[in-house]
Amino acid sequence: MTLAFLAQQTIERIPFDSPTIDWHAFAPEAILLAWTCLVVVVDMVGLERARRFMPGLTGVGFLLATIPVLTLWNDGATRSLFEGAYVVDRYALALKGLFLISGYVVVLLSTQYMADGDYYDSEYYILLASSVLGMTVMASARDLITIFVALELLSIPAYLLAAWRKRDLKSNEAGLKYMLMGIFASAIMLYGMSLLYGVAGDTRLSVIAEKLTSEGTKPLLTLAALFTIIGFAFKVSAVPFHTWAPDTYEGAPTPLTAFLAVASKAAGFVAMVTIITTAFPGQADVVEPFMWVLSALTMSIGNLIAMRQTNIVRMLAYSGVAQAGYIMAPLAVYSQTGQNGVSAASAIVNYLIIYSAMNLGAFAVVIAAARKTRSGEISSFGGMLNYAPGLTTAMTVFLFSLAGIPPMGGWLAKWQVFSVLLQSESTWGTTLALVAAVNTVLAAFYYLNVAKQMWFMPAPDGDTSRVRVPPSLVAALAITVIATLLSGVTGLVPDITDFGSIALGR
Amino acid sequence: MRVTETWYLTLSALLFTVGFVGLLVRRNPLVMFMSLELMLNAVNISFVAFANKLDDIAGQTAVFFVLVVAAAEVVVGLSIVVAVMRRRPSITADDLRSLKG
Repeated sequence: MTLAFLAQQTIERIPFDSPTIDWHAFAPEAILLAWTCLVVVVDMVGLERARRFMPGLTGVGFLLATIPVLTLWNDGATRSLFEGAYVVDRYALALKGLFLISGYVVVLLSTQYMADGDYYDSEYYILLASSVLGMTVMASARDLITIFVALELLSIPAYLLAAWRKRDLKSNEAGLKYMLMGIFASAIMLYGMSLLYGVAGDTRLSVIAEKLTSEGTKPLLTLAALFTIIGFAFKVSAVPFHTWAPDTYEGAPTPLTAFLAVASKAAGFVAMVTIITTAFPGQADVVEPFMWVLSALTMSIGNLIAMRQTNIVRMLAYSGVAQAGYIMAPLAVYSQTGQNGVSAASAIVNYLIIYSAMNLGAFAVVIAAARKTRSGEISSFGGMLNYAPGLTTAMTVFLFSLAGIPPMGGWLAKWQVFSVLLQSESTWGTTLALVAAVNTVLAAFYYLNVAKQMWFMPAPDGDTSRVRVPPSLVAALAITVIATLLSGVTGLVPDITDFGSIALGR
Repeated sequence: MRVTETWYLTLSALLFTVGFVGLLVRRNPLVMFMSLELMLNAVNISFVAFANKLDDIAGQTAVFFVLVVAAAEVVVGLSIVVAVMRRRPSITADDLRSLKG
């Protein structure tokens, strides 16, 4: 018997239907993956000579991958791949667009920062692109295994990136803490998923949802749901699982901090929203109170600690913790609002988009200012109006937006969250809205304190030489300012509510 | 006496707890890392036990992904631990406290 004959026999015996792949639906990921490979090859061939082209090359990749996202959005149809494990609907597309554009802005933020230090630029951009690839997969994942792989694909490069300044002990510490807490979170989440699989008998969220609705609440199921949610709570730095965030944010390179605080956090939220609204509709009486407590704790404690910070990056880190509290608030009432939690999901997606714009912008200003001041202290922002009026204006826009003052985008985001909470017409929703309202007032205090430093305080050492802002940072600032103002003034945010529910691909 | 899935699930829960407690009480980054691996492997046992009980292949498929991802995590994690150890030999997690507040 020849080997070929044996192989023929084996192939005939095992029935194998190759799945049909909708390449259009898969195009953003395929392009990003191919482009990342291209960047790796260019790095290997070009070595030192290729370094200065890396940011541009990676940026083009992100923009190219955005094109199929736009065509799919215009097409508007919900596409389901791999027996419902991978779904491309407007919810997924809005988030893919968000991840790709934030990735592009982070490349703009990193360009000068990486070129100035001896930081192995090429590898940095390759890992950044891999992480964004994980996020775009996460937006479509409707299967426990896919969600897990996407989560790790976006996290593992981020662990390395957090420890990027490897000769700096602070950066080492940031990376080690992030890595240990990140794997800890995925282990807890995985244990929850294995229990979920044991109860439901399938890894696809659509099948799990069907099974669980008839199961009702059982202790094992409650454990499974809570473990899974806790895993994501680490990723979005919800109190009491937030302890890694400020340390990692301070120690990591600042452009990467912006990436972690925005894109990585948004990806955690995406998984959380997808799992809760699609797989746990029958478990609302367990999940909702848990999310209520998590959300109230996160916004209150985040804000209280943010007030005491003197370092701007740590302040933004804790403000990000507090903002995560507002973002997850609609999940505390998801079953009581319209369209099977779609209004809750829609409020969260819009908040994530606006939050990304204003937070990336704030980090862009911090990076630009640090080029002159070489300091992260809030007091070093004193008197900036006199020598950097442009940066001051931009920072004021972002701070007002973060504080939720109209007509900036942050106001629209908060308004949507409040309206979902009040729509539920339940005690839970109303009380959480009250907690959020008190917190918004508290938060305004420390955001406006930074603005006060910039506008009214004298420069700390009387140094009023101009700040030289490189063109890449100007571009990043322009994109984020426009997005923040446009969303607030015109209320222009992607509308994902035209579908009955987040598509499950049944 | 027949060894049923329940035994394996109990073993998995025990291993998970050992890893969990180990991560919280041990201060050496390497041992903390080993505790994490223990937790991931507890998950694998749980997935296989359920797959066997349900007579479904998806659980065993999940194990492959968990294994591969755990291997990738080891590569990245150990490289970070080595980078830290180079700077500060004999470091413990308690010594890593230049960032706080």
